[in-house]
Amino acid sequence: MRASLCLGGGLAALCLLSLFVGVIPVTPIDVLHDRAAWELLRDSRVPRTLAVVIAGGTLAVCGALLQSMVRNRFVEPMTTGTGQGAALGILLTTWALPEAGLLAKMALASAAALLASAGFLTIVQRLPPTQPLLIPLVGLIYGGVLGAAVTFIAYQGDMLQYIDVWMNGEFSGVLRGRYELLWIAALVAALTYAAADQFAILGLGRTASINLGLNYQQVMIIGLLAISIVTALVVVTVGAIPFLGLVVPNVVARYAGDNLRRTLPMIAGGGAALVLLSDILGRLLRHPFEIPVGTVMGILGAALFLWLLYRPKSHAL
Amino acid sequence: MISIRNIDYDIAGKAILRDVSLDMPKHGVTALIGPNGAGKSTLLSLIARLLPLQHGRVTVDGHDIATCDTAALARILAILPQIQDAAPRLSVSDLVAFGRYPHSRGRLTDQDGAIIDAALAAFQLTDLRNRALDTLSGGQRQNALLAMIFAQGTDYLLLDEPLNNLDIAASRRLMAQLRGLADEQGRTVVIVLHDINYALAYADHLVVLAEGRVAAMGNPEEVVTDDLINRIYGTDAAVINHNNRRIVDVGP
Repeated sequence: MRASLCLGGGLAALCLLSLFVGVIPVTPIDVLHDRAAWELLRDSRVPRTLAVVIAGGTLAVCGALLQSMVRNRFVEPMTTGTGQGAALGILLTTWALPEAGLLAKMALASAAALLASAGFLTIVQRLPPTQPLLIPLVGLIYGGVLGAAVTFIAYQGDMLQYIDVWMNGEFSGVLRGRYELLWIAALVAALTYAAADQFAILGLGRTASINLGLNYQQVMIIGLLAISIVTALVVVTVGAIPFLGLVVPNVVARYAGDNLRRTLPMIAGGGAALVLLSDILGRLLRHPFEIPVGTVMGILGAALFLWLLYRPKSHAL
Repeated sequence: MISIRNIDYDIAGKAILRDVSLDMPKHGVTALIGPNGAGKSTLLSLIARLLPLQHGRVTVDGHDIATCDTAALARILAILPQIQDAAPRLSVSDLVAFGRYPHSRGRLTDQDGAIIDAALAAFQLTDLRNRALDTLSGGQRQNALLAMIFAQGTDYLLLDEPLNNLDIAASRRLMAQLRGLADEQGRTVVIVLHDINYALAYADHLVVLAEGRVAAMGNPEEVVTDDLINRIYGTDAAVINHNNRRIVDVGP
């Protein structure tokens, strides 16, 4: 409970900070009487902050869902094919149907992400359960192969500059009118909370799930759909943020366990806070230039993860 | 009653079960024994709808498991799952609470709470209720899972070799507990056992499988003979009487 309050307070403080950090200086007092300052806030800072919060929260939730589905703590959608699948989908759409609207592109990217994640799940189910480390390894290789296909096609189609936009998450381009699709991701992630118990039971394995009367196949498909839609939306609007879905659910599980009904809100809040912190640091460290959020998060996340690994875990929950 | 009719089951073209038909009586403990690879676990998995039926029919209290709604079946029949290395970080009481999922769909009532507490107490887990599952020993973890299916409150409980990682004290305690479930609560327990002596000491009804077929069934005292052990297992351990009870002498 106290941890949740701290997390909530920290997130609120970071949000506030995010509104007033950037190339153009704005203070809360300016907003009250200066119209330009208010417009800056409305058109750039608020959308950017919202985009960061939604992308961070939803990606962390997707990581937790996938980890429960494959019963392995070391996977997350961005690095195990879903992210690359989404990029492949949007690339092929841009190449074959350049006239397609944003929603059509989104739908096709989601479909490609779904195919890619279903492929990963099919492979995982054939791996020997006695070798848990094979799952993240195979995932990384699978994601790498798909990523290579993306690069190859982009190279052939002279579209390499897009790859950078999709594969390296970055929030400096977020403006009013250019991030709103992310609300769909927020909605999808929020809806999965209704099935939090089902996903927690999936983490107990197939036998336990069927024993408890879960429609195993159906919950797996719901999970796949949610992960694919969220990942595709984030890749298309702000670009991939790797490892977020890995670090945050692991930190939360370490402290609060895997009862997703209780932990999913913490995972969402933690993901939002970590990306927000990274984004703010990225804006400040080389002011007035920006460091991409993925780079900052990689360093922060790795440090957090190492610290976590060498801490003894508590026996009680 | 669990009624099994004409079950054939193949895995990759290899016959695992052939023409298995039998009834397991309601109330009491039915033990399933047989050599390795006889198809015991497969039969249990088929009853618990973990594997799809290829041929034949299984009904539990008249419900055809192939057509019965899986959520409804979860209120009639439970199978003990195994959690190997990748145990989720759930507290013991959260795990046991999932046993009420088929009834409450996640909205626990006071009555569910009482059932969960009773299950924790029945398996000596009250003091461990806040412990994380991944920090428990194998035996404690299995106890927690047992408490979960106990809380599920089903008439039928299926267990696949639950004595595998238990010492003799824990094994006897578990078997006595299962006996108690059958005698005091009228539940039906179907258990796959390796050790014939446990089957002789605790089961009311014995089903012997060999090479995918039913080799014998009935009252354990009558079914287990020198001849059966020789015929089914191909070894000449003698069945002897001790304190008016039959036991298998495993000596040379």
